[in-house]
Amino acid sequence: MKKGLKAFSLIMAALLTLTMGAALAEDTLTMGTNAEFPPFEFVDGDAVVGVDAEIAAEIAKDLGLKLVIENMAFDSVIPALVSGQIDIGVAAMTVKPERLNSVDFSNTYYNARQACIVRKDGKVTDEETLKGTAIGVQNGTTGDYAAEGYSETVERYGKALDAVLELAGGKLDAVIVDAPVAQNIIDALNNDNLILLDNIEFEDEFYAVAVAKGKPELVESINKTIDRITEDGTLDAILLKYFPVADDAE
Amino acid sequence: MALFDSWWNALQERSVAGTLSFWESIYKEIYLNFLSDARYMNYLRGLRVTLIVSALAALFGLALGIALALGRLSGARIGRFKYLSWIAGKYINIIRGTPMLLQLLIINFGIFGSVKMDKIFIGVIACGLNSAAYVAEIIRGGIQSVDKGQVEAGRTLGLTSGMTMQLIVFPQALKAALPSLCNEFITLIKETSILAYIALTELTKAADYIRSRTYSPFMPYIISGLMYLAVVTVLTKGIAVLERRLRQSDTGASAH
Repeated sequence: MKKGLKAFSLIMAALLTLTMGAALAEDTLTMGTNAEFPPFEFVDGDAVVGVDAEIAAEIAKDLGLKLVIENMAFDSVIPALVSGQIDIGVAAMTVKPERLNSVDFSNTYYNARQACIVRKDGKVTDEETLKGTAIGVQNGTTGDYAAEGYSETVERYGKALDAVLELAGGKLDAVIVDAPVAQNIIDALNNDNLILLDNIEFEDEFYAVAVAKGKPELVESINKTIDRITEDGTLDAILLKYFPVADDAE
Repeated sequence: MALFDSWWNALQERSVAGTLSFWESIYKEIYLNFLSDARYMNYLRGLRVTLIVSALAALFGLALGIALALGRLSGARIGRFKYLSWIAGKYINIIRGTPMLLQLLIINFGIFGSVKMDKIFIGVIACGLNSAAYVAEIIRGGIQSVDKGQVEAGRTLGLTSGMTMQLIVFPQALKAALPSLCNEFITLIKETSILAYIALTELTKAADYIRSRTYSPFMPYIISGLMYLAVVTVLTKGIAVLERRLRQSDTGASAH
């Protein structure tokens, strides 16, 4: 019995060393994201794809590293950076002052806005009627912050899709989420009763790559890559690939 | 409070620059995750929801569990088919054989998919339905642990089988089952944490919420964890007292 225990703990120790070795391998760049946010990141087959995955691939290429993508909850991306489990966070993440307490950001690569999804037969038709209603969001996203300005009743889901499903089922009055994602989910659900409100002015938001504090060289390198793909048209090509309609979010 | 705020203000610039010392960053974690913006209220409100859901689900689970246990042991039949026993057995098997998280998601997005319902209610239903299956098995064990002679004695006294169960067997069964039942309630309190999945702001979701505002890797979970631990510790102490009292009546009974 004791021997078995010893062997078991030896095996566990070996496994632990192996996995840690893999995680800390120096020839990889680990990107953390939440693949529930199409078209910026979503799962296709076994792989995480999308605008952010392609941008991260460019960053890894310039660094001469192999890109590894870890799919996690959105509200875990910054904590994972802080604790060193991932190298970069590329998750359609908006640069916000609150986030600067924990991470640094690269130059921005996309200008997005929030959008408000409602039911056509629902009671929300504009900014005034949105106030005080039950609003669904994805926990920790900028939509979550925006919703707090309109209502006390904010329901925070792990994924935007769950919030939209609850809206479709009549349990919520509105969902606030990044505009490209909102459009994508509505298209995917193919539900005529769900519409985007176009009469609420949300602030401009800029996506950037997040990096743990104290890594200026990495930020520098990411900025160089973003500059490069902006200038040589790679970024436009990536955006065009994932936004079939002309990119009008800018 | 103003003192804590001023300490933080003195640190903030260096926090953004990323040059805090070890102890300073510990203070930053505690300040951001518990003190600032009255965040401790988020945990306390979450704790209240957790306690409400746990208490109501425990009551619902106990009532349904007793009914299931009696059904499981019932001899009611159509021809040879013991239908009550069969239904209870299947229910227990399905609930115990599938993850509680799946049951919750099916209840929230399926059964109540388009019904506007308080999330606390959905939580009570989901946790109660699940707990009932475990309670049923605990009660059944308790009933079966009561000596057969007790039933025979009751029937000899002229009681119906229903009255024997109600007056003689069931009180003894409940006493035998009490420690396990209390354990089940403790488990239930912790399992309500899965309600975070359906956006009910209980204690775990409160930690998720704080974490999404402060970006701390784990401090909010530690704080929530300490609160669960406090509640469970108090309950465990209470159960120990209860068990001691029950044992006192045991020694009295053995002197008959």
